[in-house]
Amino acid sequence: MRSTLERTARDAVSAACEDVVPGGEDDLVDGVAPGLVARPASTEQVSALLRTAAEHGLTVTPRGRATKLSWGLRPRSVDLVVDVSAMDRVLDHQAGDLIVETQAGARLSDVQRVVAEGRQRLAVDETMIGATIGGTVATNASGPRRLAAGTARDLLIGITVVRADGVVAKAGGRVVKNVAGYDLGKLVVGSFGTLGVVVEAIFRLHPLAEVQRWVSMPVSTAAEAAEAVHAVVHSQAVPAAVEVEWSAPGDGAVQVLLEGRADAGDGRAATVAELLGAASVTSEEAPTGWAAYPWEQGETALKLTCVLSGLSDVLEVARDAEVRVRGSGGAGVLYGALGSDAVTTTAAVTRLREVCGRHGGTVVVLDGPAEVKRDLGPEGVWGPVPALDLMRRVKDQFDPDHRLSPGRFVGGM
Amino acid sequence: MGEPARDPARVPRPAEGLAAVAHRAQELLPPESVIADHTRLRTYECDGLAHYRVTPGLVVLPDDAHQVAEIVRACAAHQIPYVARGSGTGLSGGALPHADGVLIVTSRMRTIREVRRADQRAVVEPGVVNLDVTKAATPDGYYYAPDPSSQLICSIGGNLAENAGGAHCLKYGFTTNHVLAAEFVTPQGEVVELGTDAPDAPGYDLLGAVIGSEGTLGIVTSATVRLTRLPEEVRTVLVGFESTDQAGAATSAIIAAGIVPAAIEMMDALAIAAAEEAVHCNYPEGAGAVLVIELDGAAIEVEQEYAEVERLCRENGSFEQRLATDPVERALIWKGRKSAFAAVGRISPDYIVQDGVIPRTALPEVLREMTRLSEESGVRVANVFHAGDGNLHPLVLFDDSVEGAGEAAEKVSGAILDLCIEHGGSITGEHGVGVDKSKYMTRMYDDDDLDTMQMVRCAFDPANISNPGKVFPTPRLCGEVPGRHKDTHPLQEAGLAEVF
Repeated sequence: MRSTLERTARDAVSAACEDVVPGGEDDLVDGVAPGLVARPASTEQVSALLRTAAEHGLTVTPRGRATKLSWGLRPRSVDLVVDVSAMDRVLDHQAGDLIVETQAGARLSDVQRVVAEGRQRLAVDETMIGATIGGTVATNASGPRRLAAGTARDLLIGITVVRADGVVAKAGGRVVKNVAGYDLGKLVVGSFGTLGVVVEAIFRLHPLAEVQRWVSMPVSTAAEAAEAVHAVVHSQAVPAAVEVEWSAPGDGAVQVLLEGRADAGDGRAATVAELLGAASVTSEEAPTGWAAYPWEQGETALKLTCVLSGLSDVLEVARDAEVRVRGSGGAGVLYGALGSDAVTTTAAVTRLREVCGRHGGTVVVLDGPAEVKRDLGPEGVWGPVPALDLMRRVKDQFDPDHRLSPGRFVGGM
Repeated sequence: MGEPARDPARVPRPAEGLAAVAHRAQELLPPESVIADHTRLRTYECDGLAHYRVTPGLVVLPDDAHQVAEIVRACAAHQIPYVARGSGTGLSGGALPHADGVLIVTSRMRTIREVRRADQRAVVEPGVVNLDVTKAATPDGYYYAPDPSSQLICSIGGNLAENAGGAHCLKYGFTTNHVLAAEFVTPQGEVVELGTDAPDAPGYDLLGAVIGSEGTLGIVTSATVRLTRLPEEVRTVLVGFESTDQAGAATSAIIAAGIVPAAIEMMDALAIAAAEEAVHCNYPEGAGAVLVIELDGAAIEVEQEYAEVERLCRENGSFEQRLATDPVERALIWKGRKSAFAAVGRISPDYIVQDGVIPRTALPEVLREMTRLSEESGVRVANVFHAGDGNLHPLVLFDDSVEGAGEAAEKVSGAILDLCIEHGGSITGEHGVGVDKSKYMTRMYDDDDLDTMQMVRCAFDPANISNPGKVFPTPRLCGEVPGRHKDTHPLQEAGLAEVF
């Protein structure tokens, strides 16, 4: 399975970047052993690597801290991993302008630490410990706070990518409001490393809340869970997050996060507690499992979406199919976990896809054992994707030889 | 003006092609929806930026996506350029027609198809007026958040094309943050669905690329938008300062205190005078600058924030703070602000509305440099801007009947954009590039950046017929893509075979 590179290609890659080693056991990309792993120190080196890869026809997978590297389909080939983890600097924080500029290899937690000094934060939850900015952008990974703040898609205001041909291109800029030119950032967010290698990103920031209160309400049926979610999202309570914890039989909860100014915290929590009912509990601490995905290592990981009115049905089917669910019920984005039995998985995915589809949403198998992904294939993993032809045309423009993370994305792109 | 030279080899006989498209349109549409008469065509010769004028070759007013698609298909077959237009309120000439092309006007597609409170969604056609979405949702306690100043007349289709913002986008974001899905006609005349009702549709975010592309990637024929819950409490306060420096310092202090108001708008003395003249908004007398600050959200949160805003304004030199006590007073405060552009017509026969962005912290310096520009040139500049996000709308005043005055105003207006670029900002925050600013694109982006953007154009519109000549200074020729599928068997790509 290991990619074997010709000597001339290996030499050329080593000439483009000082830190190049053969791929080892720790470098598997969803089971595929890369030929080489390069750890560039600069945008120039990433550019040189991509240019070299283009000259020698090498397939390339970008990597940050590899927390989500196995998401999506298994790549058809990985000649070269471009590991941006050495490009980990937070380049600039302008508190007065509410922006941060960072390299792609910076950990989300490091960015948060820097901007917290100005009492600000990047409103993206760290759903995988150690996640980098690049990986967060590439997968558009999000957590509970997406309800109020959106995802990386909404917060990204500028981006620099290295294209498949090695050309460095940027779009957007350092100001929040900017409609000059195409919004390339939107295309790159969630593209799973198939359009280019992200090297820098600029985000808008939010002020850090002075106070946080979690109001949790136990629920035992899907209808109860949905009712609690609806009560809060249709209220004027302005929650930062409305989560559904639905990962064990008879033991569900709806968890509401309120954030804001110190003197208003308790009053706002009391309002939400009243909406949810007498059984609700208010806490200054996040509930167990908050902002973490529900799956364990080796399990199949699902992303389920639906409109709000479909929440009850989706939770019902999930429980019936023994899929453990946790996620932003208020935003209509849930995560599901199930064991490694492929037959059960296929059946569960089919059922969930039917119910989510009926309610305006989709099901994506983010990750799972090799045989599960193989059996499902591109359409089984990513589901039916409208406008796929147009997406292929975009891919053909950016990566005409299909060398970037080939096969990982929708339609086997 | 605004009509780029076309390659005669690629479009051999535009007149014949246009006649064929007109013929197709007449088959599809009722007679009143196909306009070929020169006098009536002239009605459509410009959008909100009236100094660019081109009489379109043909105007069509389709009723649905099918008709749009058929007309686009006819355009594609004959290599005829087309331009989509909603209400025609754009301020960058984005809907400027083509003399030998088709103007596709969406104003007859104005049905609000669905308002689904339970899902916080509305499905609307492109000709629907922005404010009408809010009006349809308000009985259910919801509204549509993006609110450009032209929201009484501007259309959703145009809002998507321009990624419209508005006074409240500091807190609530732009059009792109409020659209989930769209029905879309490609430049080949295919009708495709982009996005889903639920968030995070799998695949490339094509919708995110289309929104703000100024009609150069295709035409949206329906949009599924997010509705936002009306806030429990809204407080709008009008604050008078002696100078823009004080008002700017107050804005900085508010942001530094961790408050994100729904809006912070600033007007300088000249803009205040104009608004006063036009709508008698009764702004504080003798103010060198006013801020309109709006806070919204949960009542007790707003109360806390308001107390702090009040204090911060006072500490930074405000001499008057007037809190709107009812919706009528709030509307009057906003009326002064939202009518400011038109109001300038009362104090100057002609003016240029500029739209640039600077990092908010550069505001005092940029304002000083603008004052210097104005003094040196003798050209008056009134300032209205979204102070919270650094989006400036200087109004450059002139009298076109005075020889050279127009050129002098243009020069000042251009110099203001230079200032924005020098300070790391943008040449447009919400009005778009259109025909007006395409020449400035090279100042913000280098050749590689622009070339990469053109790759998106080539994916969507390789024939370059959808609103050509806009946004980009020089279009890229979309040749055959080399090396496609060099190593991958099509069966393998389709997931039907694996090679492990």
